[in-house]
Amino acid sequence: MRLDFLRSERLPNIWCPGCGNGIVLRALLEAISQLQLDPDKVVLVSGIGCSSRAPAYTAFDNVHTLHGRAIPTATGIKLANPDLSVIVLTGDGDCSAIGGNHLIHAARRDVDITVVVFNNYNYGMTGGQASPLTPAASITTTTPSGNMDRPFDLVNLATGAGATYVARSGIYFTKHLVDHLRKAISHRGFSLVDAVAQCPTYYGRFNRKGSAGQMITSQKDWMVLKNVADKKNPEELAGKVVIGEFVNIIGARQADIDAAKEQS
Amino acid sequence: MPERKSYKITHYRKWCKNCGICVAVCPKKVYEIDRNDRHAIVHPQDCIGCQMCVDHCPDFALTVEEVKDE
Repeated sequence: MRLDFLRSERLPNIWCPGCGNGIVLRALLEAISQLQLDPDKVVLVSGIGCSSRAPAYTAFDNVHTLHGRAIPTATGIKLANPDLSVIVLTGDGDCSAIGGNHLIHAARRDVDITVVVFNNYNYGMTGGQASPLTPAASITTTTPSGNMDRPFDLVNLATGAGATYVARSGIYFTKHLVDHLRKAISHRGFSLVDAVAQCPTYYGRFNRKGSAGQMITSQKDWMVLKNVADKKNPEELAGKVVIGEFVNIIGARQADIDAAKEQS
Repeated sequence: MPERKSYKITHYRKWCKNCGICVAVCPKKVYEIDRNDRHAIVHPQDCIGCQMCVDHCPDFALTVEEVKDE
């Protein structure tokens, strides 16, 4: 990672000790340095939430927008100047609850932006309330006897809405995460990376997941690589989260346009 | 037998929040939590330069560099 991508005068960051957001941010900066992008041509857009503080620590141009409205802003930036690499950093609630509609419609339109979801399974900034990605039966501030609702599967949601690159990774597997972030940024079309992070202060404490170190190393136990999971039965995968690349369609938009022209 | 490489671990104490992630992820137990609940580099000679602690530090507080003999 290039340290000059960080605004070192703004550090230390405001995140709690052991927060996973810093690890996702580091992986993103690593991916940008590996791609050798021009720092002047990278724009980070964020909404509201713990994760949305991330662009403020980087030396790139960034926009801190309204809650959930990061994707429309990013769409506008991309339309105004298509040479820019526009990356949206958003949290699980910001992306799937408040900005859920924007997410599915950006995926449907196949806007050439990258969405990185810092998924810590709850609303960290406001005190650990349940988000649409909080797993069933998990304890949060608003679900003290366990979450009654089923969570969204963000990967299937984005795939169903028509995203052309969808991947999921965890912060324990940093090399895997950097790899998929790199692919997502260089992908032409809508790309989404669900980066499973951790919130040791709220989600971890309420659900007795142990210290930040235990939470991060436990990802080895409950995450399965996609090529391993494809060979297993659905019963064996109960309670596990599959990580890897789910969708990677190159030139989808062009194929649609060509097919429509042939028909007419 | 090839000579063992040695690594220099730099720890920016100003940025570190003592979350203990480096203690948990290090495969060679280079770090330990000391009695003041702060993490400390106790066995720097065991470091194999795998960069696990660097990649997992949320506060950008660690760097590991190979020491090159002149």
